[in-house]
Amino acid sequence: MKDYEVIIGLEVHAELSTNTKMYCNCSTEFGADPNTHCCPICTGMPGVLPVLNKKVVEYATKAGLATNCEISRFSKQDRKNYFYPDLPKAYQTSQYDLPLCIGGHLDINVNGEQKRIGITRIHIEEDAGKLIHDAYTGDTLVDMNRCAVPLIEIVSEPDIRSADEAVAYMQTLKSILEYLDVCDCKMQEGSLRCDVNLSVRPRGQKEFGTRTETKNLNSFKAIHNSIEFEIKRQIEEVENGGKIYQETRRWDDAKGIGYAMRTKEDAHDYRYFPEPDLAPIVLSEEYIQNLKDNLPEMPHIKKERYMKDFDLPEYDADILTSSIKTAKFFEEANDICNNPKAVSNWIMGDFTRMLNEKEIEIDESKVTAQNLAELISLIDKGTISSKIAKQVFEDMFETGENAKDIVEKKGLVQMSDEGAIKEIVQKVVDANPQSIADYKAGKDRAIGFLVGQIMKETKGKANPQIVNKLLLEIINK
Amino acid sequence: MSISKDEVKHIANLSKLNLTDEELEKYTNELSDIVDMANELSNIDVEGVKPTAHILDIQNVFREDIQQPSYDRELILKNAPSKDAGCVSVPKVVE
Repeated sequence: MKDYEVIIGLEVHAELSTNTKMYCNCSTEFGADPNTHCCPICTGMPGVLPVLNKKVVEYATKAGLATNCEISRFSKQDRKNYFYPDLPKAYQTSQYDLPLCIGGHLDINVNGEQKRIGITRIHIEEDAGKLIHDAYTGDTLVDMNRCAVPLIEIVSEPDIRSADEAVAYMQTLKSILEYLDVCDCKMQEGSLRCDVNLSVRPRGQKEFGTRTETKNLNSFKAIHNSIEFEIKRQIEEVENGGKIYQETRRWDDAKGIGYAMRTKEDAHDYRYFPEPDLAPIVLSEEYIQNLKDNLPEMPHIKKERYMKDFDLPEYDADILTSSIKTAKFFEEANDICNNPKAVSNWIMGDFTRMLNEKEIEIDESKVTAQNLAELISLIDKGTISSKIAKQVFEDMFETGENAKDIVEKKGLVQMSDEGAIKEIVQKVVDANPQSIADYKAGKDRAIGFLVGQIMKETKGKANPQIVNKLLLEIINK
Repeated sequence: MSISKDEVKHIANLSKLNLTDEELEKYTNELSDIVDMANELSNIDVEGVKPTAHILDIQNVFREDIQQPSYDRELILKNAPSKDAGCVSVPKVVE
């Protein structure tokens, strides 16, 4: 088999987190009863006049600035015509030849290497409604709540070369949109999704192969798996002397297979023309500069600051800053307990594991930043041992109680009274002459056993440093 | 004819319209007249005229992002020829 090069470009759709729709005052809230967030404008009644939501321009401009795009001083909206039941107007208001943002880039990290991915453009457009297939009657039901929810479409250059790069690009983009607070990025709700354009060519060949477009991928796993599938399919097709057709494809995540959609040849005749009901968008230098000056700290900048200000390893800083929610939690907790490495360790360790098990995000957890900070302070002050702290944290995670209450209620305060500990150490030493003999014969492991016995006697509450010190004193006597 | 029967068929198809032979004939003639009329605009000298994005000299017509009550669902669905479970019901869409 020849060596093949994979060429991928992504079209990412991000729903903007505005209160209202793109051209009317209806709510954009997800999950409402069907057709209860609708009015004559968003359901395409004749004779209505759409008026653009100011926030849409602001949010899209911010996304453009954060991805190093040139912001158009003059842009306009166009009608993209197609006939489908999820689109009551029979055209989608989008942008064609004069999009809001042009020519940016993003730097991604894949396996420790940095790579720059070009961004062709970002334009604003409206979302379509939702079609529900009624298994009982066989009909299709139309819910128009999502009609005209504002979107930005972020189109990348064909610079992506693998599934891993595509996922890294999407993760980076998600993180930036979350930092900007312009999209809630709930992929499972479809507020962030992408289409994958993919082709293969034998390495060294100049011309691109024919590309296919896999639509509507709404998880990192689906993006990764659908790309791996499509790469394999195209290479096998070419190797077997077959032909790749330019087609739109779907990904069945449950079955793990992609398939071509049945489309008519004329499906892509969109007959774009300028939207006569909407005025051009003209942005002043002042407007753009003001948004630029007020952009929040971006993930890669925050990461470097964490390494510098908090003396955290790159690995920690990377994980803590990849999501704005995690970063906020970290900062809030550290402001209280002033122990960045401990906060980082907790977040990256048990906490993340437990969040993953419950499939929730950090801001949905019962543990607040203040709770975690208090727990860390209790360890730092020597009130509880780190071992007990793990136990306390499990309780905090389940109940949302604060660390101090749990420690008091369960009597978990660390024993630091040397006299009391000494008694127990002596008792354990007396009861285990064989271990003492082993230790004296050079078997250091015997110490571990003895410490274990002492901790058992004290139900894990003895201060381990004091235990170690006293134990060595007694047996080395 | 500045527009062919095939083009009219294609446009009808995109709009999901079935045209009889007589209608096709009629619309081809009518649309040709319209296109001819529009083509006359090409004779105008536009040297030095900036491309126009909108017929009125307006820009930046925006609204604030403030939510207001939507319409009652009954009202929204009133024009639908068929409805079910609070939705417009349409013939099965095959992808």
